[in-house]
Formats: sequence, structure tokens, C-alpha cells
Amino acid sequence: MNRTGWQDLFGLFPRPRIDPVLTGLLVAVMAIGLAVIYSASDQDTGTVIRQLVRYGAGFAVLLLATQVPANVYRSWAPWVYFIGLLLLVAVLFAGVGRGAQRWLDLGIVRFQPAEIMKLAVPMMMAAWLHARPLPPGLFSIGGALALMAVPVLLIARQPDLGTAVLVGAGGLGVLFLAGLRKRYIFGMAVALLAAIPAVWVNLLDYQKNRVITFLNPESDPLGQGWNIIQSKIAVGSGGLTGKGWLAGSQSHLEFLPEPHTDFAFSVLAEEFGFVGVVVVLGLYLAIISRALFLAGQCRDSFSRMFCGGLVVLFFLYVAVNAGMVSGLLPVVGVPLPLISYGGTSAVTILAGFGIIMGLYSRRRFMT
Amino acid sequence: MSSTGPTNSGNRGRLMATAILMSGIALFMIGWAVKLQVMETEFLQTQGEARYLRVVSIPTVRGNILDRHGEALAVSTPVESVWAHPGELLQAADRLPELAELLGVDREAVERRLTQRAQREFVWLRRRINPDLADQIRALAIPGVFFQKEYRRFYPTGEVAAHLIGFTNIDDVGQEGLELAYNQWLMGQPGSKRVIQDRLGRVVENVELVKEARPGRDLRLTVDRRLQYLAFRELKAAVQNSEARSGSVVVMDVTNGDVLALANFPGFNPNANQRVTSEGQRNRALTDVFEPGSIIKPFAIAAALESGLADPDTRLDTTPGTMRVSGHTIRDIRNFGELSVTDILTKSSNVGVAELALSMDAEHLWGVYSRFGFGTVTGTGYPGESSGVLRDHERWRKLEQATLAYGYGLSTTPLQMARAYAALADDGRLRQPRLIQDSDNRAQAVMEPRLARQMAEMLETVTGPEGTGQAARVPGYRVAGKTGTSRQVGAGGYEDRYSASFAGFAPVSRPRVAVVVVLNDLVGQFYYGGQVAAPVFGNVMESALRLKNIPPDDVDTLLARELKP
Repeated sequence: MNRTGWQDLFGLFPRPRIDPVLTGLLVAVMAIGLAVIYSASDQDTGTVIRQLVRYGAGFAVLLLATQVPANVYRSWAPWVYFIGLLLLVAVLFAGVGRGAQRWLDLGIVRFQPAEIMKLAVPMMMAAWLHARPLPPGLFSIGGALALMAVPVLLIARQPDLGTAVLVGAGGLGVLFLAGLRKRYIFGMAVALLAAIPAVWVNLLDYQKNRVITFLNPESDPLGQGWNIIQSKIAVGSGGLTGKGWLAGSQSHLEFLPEPHTDFAFSVLAEEFGFVGVVVVLGLYLAIISRALFLAGQCRDSFSRMFCGGLVVLFFLYVAVNAGMVSGLLPVVGVPLPLISYGGTSAVTILAGFGIIMGLYSRRRFMT
Repeated sequence: MSSTGPTNSGNRGRLMATAILMSGIALFMIGWAVKLQVMETEFLQTQGEARYLRVVSIPTVRGNILDRHGEALAVSTPVESVWAHPGELLQAADRLPELAELLGVDREAVERRLTQRAQREFVWLRRRINPDLADQIRALAIPGVFFQKEYRRFYPTGEVAAHLIGFTNIDDVGQEGLELAYNQWLMGQPGSKRVIQDRLGRVVENVELVKEARPGRDLRLTVDRRLQYLAFRELKAAVQNSEARSGSVVVMDVTNGDVLALANFPGFNPNANQRVTSEGQRNRALTDVFEPGSIIKPFAIAAALESGLADPDTRLDTTPGTMRVSGHTIRDIRNFGELSVTDILTKSSNVGVAELALSMDAEHLWGVYSRFGFGTVTGTGYPGESSGVLRDHERWRKLEQATLAYGYGLSTTPLQMARAYAALADDGRLRQPRLIQDSDNRAQAVMEPRLARQMAEMLETVTGPEGTGQAARVPGYRVAGKTGTSRQVGAGGYEDRYSASFAGFAPVSRPRVAVVVVLNDLVGQFYYGGQVAAPVFGNVMESALRLKNIPPDDVDTLLARELKP
């Protein structure tokens, strides 16, 4: 038994490895989130309490994650990754859910294996790239892309385009942070553009519709364009200072679809206006900057790539959701992290920040 | 480990690049927020308001139509109509089967209608369902399905008062009868208010009242529901038993012009107005004219008495029961021989009344007729009322002057006839018949009271032992009246179709009620007014007198009858 490792993991008095700045920012966003959920759920205290419980669970996971050193993640990475892959395959055969099979029912809990992949893909790619010379050569890149592509394709098949995009982007973030040479970046960009027609052909009808209506929502204002138009109106009618908490007409009169989950940002924008939007986006930016700073302080490139990948993923969460509700991006069902109602993604995101804080706290030790 | 040396800084450089890229994107998003929330906010706010601020109309209840005692003749019951926003509903197409099932309509038909009108904003799904069913559909909370509160018109008396009252269309607008004539009064003024609605169209908050709703007012008729029912029943039985094609009954209160009953047959069921035929729909008592025949005679006789040409006991020789005028023969049903003026009425002698008419000034006869309202509308305000025809005396030929005295050559409606008899009954005071309670109808003296009373006494003989109208008697009451039978005109002149009538009033000592019965297109064995119309008159008059609590003025015969057996 490695005594230090044991103590690090399960010691009776583990050293607190929390970053106060980052934690404070996260708590601030979550507090705003609770206020928005309270309003969007028509002032249902039960909903707020359930969300609070999830935040508690998420913080427990966060604390646990801070206790794990980098070498443990590195050695666990393949196992976590392969178990995640197995679960994704299982979902294809035994998954549950309306329209898309995303959930795995384990009797006690239902969860989305894709959530694991949000952490496992950056972890696995960072471990893979870390074990090889940096900046990565062609073989390294190829391997890393394959590690990313398999789960992304499995998730896209569920189908869950939003998560697939997030996981893929997290992986690409890791690759970018690995110091990918510019010529490869350029080459990949060209390849991506070339792949668009192929992707289009493989999209399901409802996914195609979403993209089409995104490009021109007014073409079908009562059908597919409804969500986008309603949300844009909600955001825009908020104006500079908003209509006031609990006073948003679009959200409360049920014009907005899913006001407390995917469209929580619209509620926020309508009720708190431009000021609220800037405050929340500012908080997110501060979280991202702080997390990137913490990642940069890490001594080993595995930690930096892993953490960086997680930050990129978090950023995309915000960007895709904000873009979606404001009509910049198609509606793909990505929640606004730490504000939208929902458990799984909150736990995953807090776990991710736990990992970042834990790895940062060990920056002085070579592992 | 390989992750040392220069690559470390490479990572850090990439982290910095990432941070810059993200900040750029964040800045762009804030810029976008500025565009939406600061620059376009007015437009989008208006759009937002347009989505929840609506002006909705406040429906009003149509007023009830009541009889003189406040009994309902037409009432409005609340119903709901279901409509859809095709675009919204088609989005929830999977809910269509349950919706169609509750509505009791074909799912495919609904879907087709919605698809055809997908660009519209409004499609009726089903109108006038009862409120319980509407609540069930509302509970489904299907997006794009909305409700409109409406009222359905119901006529408790059915065909009994159908002609008089008329009916409304599906939009609750009067189409016929009093529903049409008093549409504005009954309808009221729908108001409107500004409200906040949610996506399902449910009203969340009332913002302001734009226009106050004024509910429709009730319309109180002069008709007595019970008498109307009795009159209709009698008429219907008479039409069916006598092989007539149609008929009318008018009952009037002679003291104030109130129309107590006004029935026609055939009728229609106003509660199912899609089955209305134009034949059944006509309010014959007001819109159809007929040549009155002998029931006009009292007015010719009155003209003779008024001109001083004769008195009730003046005797005339009607032998041989025929008379040649301008190459035409006027006939009595038999040779009555020598008759007094009263007898002319009692036995209904055409020859006698024609002789009197020819011996007086045409202008005078015309004057009496027109004073009693022939040739002019009664002014009830009922839509489509006919005035009848009474040609100007300057254009009369000799034959016409003679035939006018026994009811050919002019036309009149049953209501006009009732008005004229009521005037005779009420000491020569002519009143506009009224259908609406307390409407203004001042009396107009058209004949000296003494003469009118004289006429009443003479007309009483018609129901007496010698008279043609014995079937019109009412036990306990002295009844005055006149029978009438006239040939009806067809395409080829006068045909063997008859119109039978009886007009009269009671009690003679102090007249209160006038009744006119007309049966048309009689082709059967019995067609005399005294045979087919008088019994209807008797029954209706008896009911009217009883319902109005009018004391008998002929107790002696009543007692005699009861003691006889």
C-alpha cells in the first residue's frame, strides 16, 4: 500500500484542495441559477430544493475529485474511457428515453453515459498525448482523433447532437493544447469543411430541420422556428434592465419552451435584461479565466491538457446555449451550465472543476 | 516524462491562445446581446406584447322573449364553440385522435381541413357544444385549440309561436319574425377588453375594459303563451280535419290592441331551423292576403247605417236570390225573400248587401273601409307585413262596388280583419294591434259609439237561432261575429278552392276579445265559414274569455243549459 496515495485519496483529514476564487464564482452562478429556476418553474419551491440537492451532490463529487492526484487519473484514464464506451454501446441496445435513447436505467438511478465521456474523453486524450512526444506527431494525432471520434459517433447516434459536439470540442481542445502544429490545424480545418456535406447526409430529419430553421426561423414561425423566435423575443424584450424578476411574460405565459431547462437563459435575459446577461456572461468568463489560469499553473502537460480540455468544454456549454437561445446557433438541447435545471450535467461540471482544483493544488509536486 | 522542457511553454502558449479566442467569442456574444436587447429591443418588445396582449370581445347574452306573464318564448342558453389555430394544432398532430373523438368528428376530415387552411389563423372545429364537453376538451390542453363562449337560442314553445317569434342564425342574429324586427334590442352590445393571454389562449389577467358590454334586453310580448298554445292546437286540428292547406288565428284584446295569440299552420320547428320550408315559414296572419268574403259585410252595412240610407229594421226584397249587375249575376245560397238589414247579416245575403252598396256613394263605402284600416298596414313592425289592397273608389266600376260589399275585389290580412272587428267591438275606436307590451297605440275614433253598439247587436244574431255562425257560440257569453266563405283565385280565375273564415268578438254587452279565424284552400266537402271556421272561433274564444277571467253576460242560457239534462 502506498501510504501517501492512500492518505491523499481517503485520508481522515485530507488537505482541503479548494480554490476559493473559483469556488466563489461557481457559487455565485449557482445562486443566480436558483433564482432563475424559481421564476421559470412558476415559483415552485420543490423544484428549487431538488436543484439545491443536486448542487450538494455535485459539490460532494467536486470535493472527492480534488483529492485525486494526476497520476491516478492518468492510470485510470483507459479504464474510465473503456467503461464509458461500453456503457455507450449498452445505451444503443438497452437505453431508454423519448425520441432518443440517452439514458441507462440502473434500477436505482438513471443516468446518461454520455456525461462520463465529457470527462473521460479529455482525460484519455490527455493521457494518450502525454505518453508521446509533444508536439504530437501524425501517429499521436491520429490516435487521439480516433479516441475522440468513437464516443462522439456513438453519442451522435443516440442521437444527442449537442453532447456529441461538446465532447468532440473538448477533445479538439485537448489536441490544440497539446501544441498541435499550425499546418495540422489548417489541415484539420480543411478536412472539417470538406466533411460537412457528408455529415449533412447522415443527419436525421429532425436535426436537419433544426439547422434549416436556424438559418431562417421565419420560414416556419409556428413550427420549427417557434422556439427560436419565442426565445429571441424573450431575450430582446428584456431590454436594458429587464422586466424584473418573476415578471417575464414570454416565460411565464408558456410561450417559451422548457423555460427552466434549456431556455433558462432566455428567462434570465427577459427578466434581468442586458445588465443581467452581462453579469452572468462576466461570471462565466471569470470562471473560465480562473480555471485556465489554474490549468496553466500545473507543472505537467497531462494536467494542463486535461484541465484545458475541460475548460474548453465548459466554455462551449455556455457559448452553445447562449447562442441557441439568442438565435445565433441551432437549437441542439445544451443546458446553460449551473443555471439550467437538471442534475447530471451539473454534477459532471462540478466534478470537472474539482479535477481542475485538485490538479492545481498539486502543481508543486512532480507526479 | 516527456512533458518537460520547451513543450511546457508550448502548452501555456496554447492556453493563452485559448483564453484569447474565448474572450473574443464572449465579446461577440455581448455584442449580440447589445443588438438584441438594446438596439432591437423596441421591436422585440412589441413582438412580445403582441403575443400576450389581446383584445377579446365580451359576448353578451341575447335577451329573452317572454309572453305577457313573463313565460319564456325564446331563451339563450350558454354553449361553447371550439376553434383552432391550424398551424399550432398541426404541430401537436398526435393529439388529433383524442380531440376528434371527443368532438365526435372524423379525424381525417379535421386534419384535411386544418392542412388546407394551414396559413389561416382561425378554423371552426365544432360549434355549439355543451359546456361539459367543452370542459373535457379544455382539460386535454391541446395547443392551438381555443374556445369561444356563445349562446344558443332555444324556443320552448316550438312551432306553436314559431311564426311570430321567428328565429336567429348560427351567429345569433335574428333572421325572421320578432327576432329580426327587434334584433338590436335583443342583441345588446358586445363589449371588448384587453387581456394577457398565455400560449394556450387562457386569460391570465384582465388589463383594461375597452368597451363595456351591454347585455341584450328582454322583449315582453302581448301574447299569452297558454292562449297561443290553445289557438295553435285548435287551428292545427281544424286544418287537418277540414282538408285545408293552411290557416291563421288572431286573438286581440279589443280594449288595448294587445295581440293575445297569433298562430298559423303549417308551422316549423324553430329549434331545428335547417328544416324550415318557405311554406311553413310564412306568418300568414300578417303576410298573406285573402279576399275576405262575407266577413267584410258588417262594414258595408255600417256604411249604409252611417249614411242614413237604412236602419237595422229597414226591409229589402232579395227575391229571387239573384241579381244582375253589369252582365254578372250575384247569388245568394238560396232565395231569402224579404229581409231586414239585420237579417242580411244573420243569413249572409249577398244580394241584400250588394243592393245597399249600390245605393250609396262609392266614396262613402270606401271611406268606411279605409277608416277601419283596410288597405293599410297595421304597423306592428313585423317584417314583411302586407297591407292588402283596397283600390281607390274613383276607379271602382259598378260591379266592383257591389262585390266589395260582400268581400270580393279587395284583399286583407287576418290581422287587419282582427283590427277592424276590434274597432267595431270597442265602440268604434281603431287601435294599432300591438305585439310588444306597453308599446304606444293610441285609439282613433272611426265610428260613432252608438252605431258600433248597434252593429254588435246585429252581429250577435249571426250566432243566434237563425244565424249562419251557430257553431261559434260560447256558453254563457253573448257572441257577435260573421261567417265568411270565399272562392280563391288561381291561375285561371276563381277556382273550386275556398277560404272559410269567422270573425267576431265577445261578450257583446261589454266586448273584450276579438278573434279572427281563416282557413285556406279548402277543397273538401265542408268549406263554409260557419262549418269549419266557426267551431275554431268558438273554442278559441271560450279559452280566451276564461283565461282573461271575463264574467259571463249570458248567465240565463248558461243556467238553462245546465238545468236542462
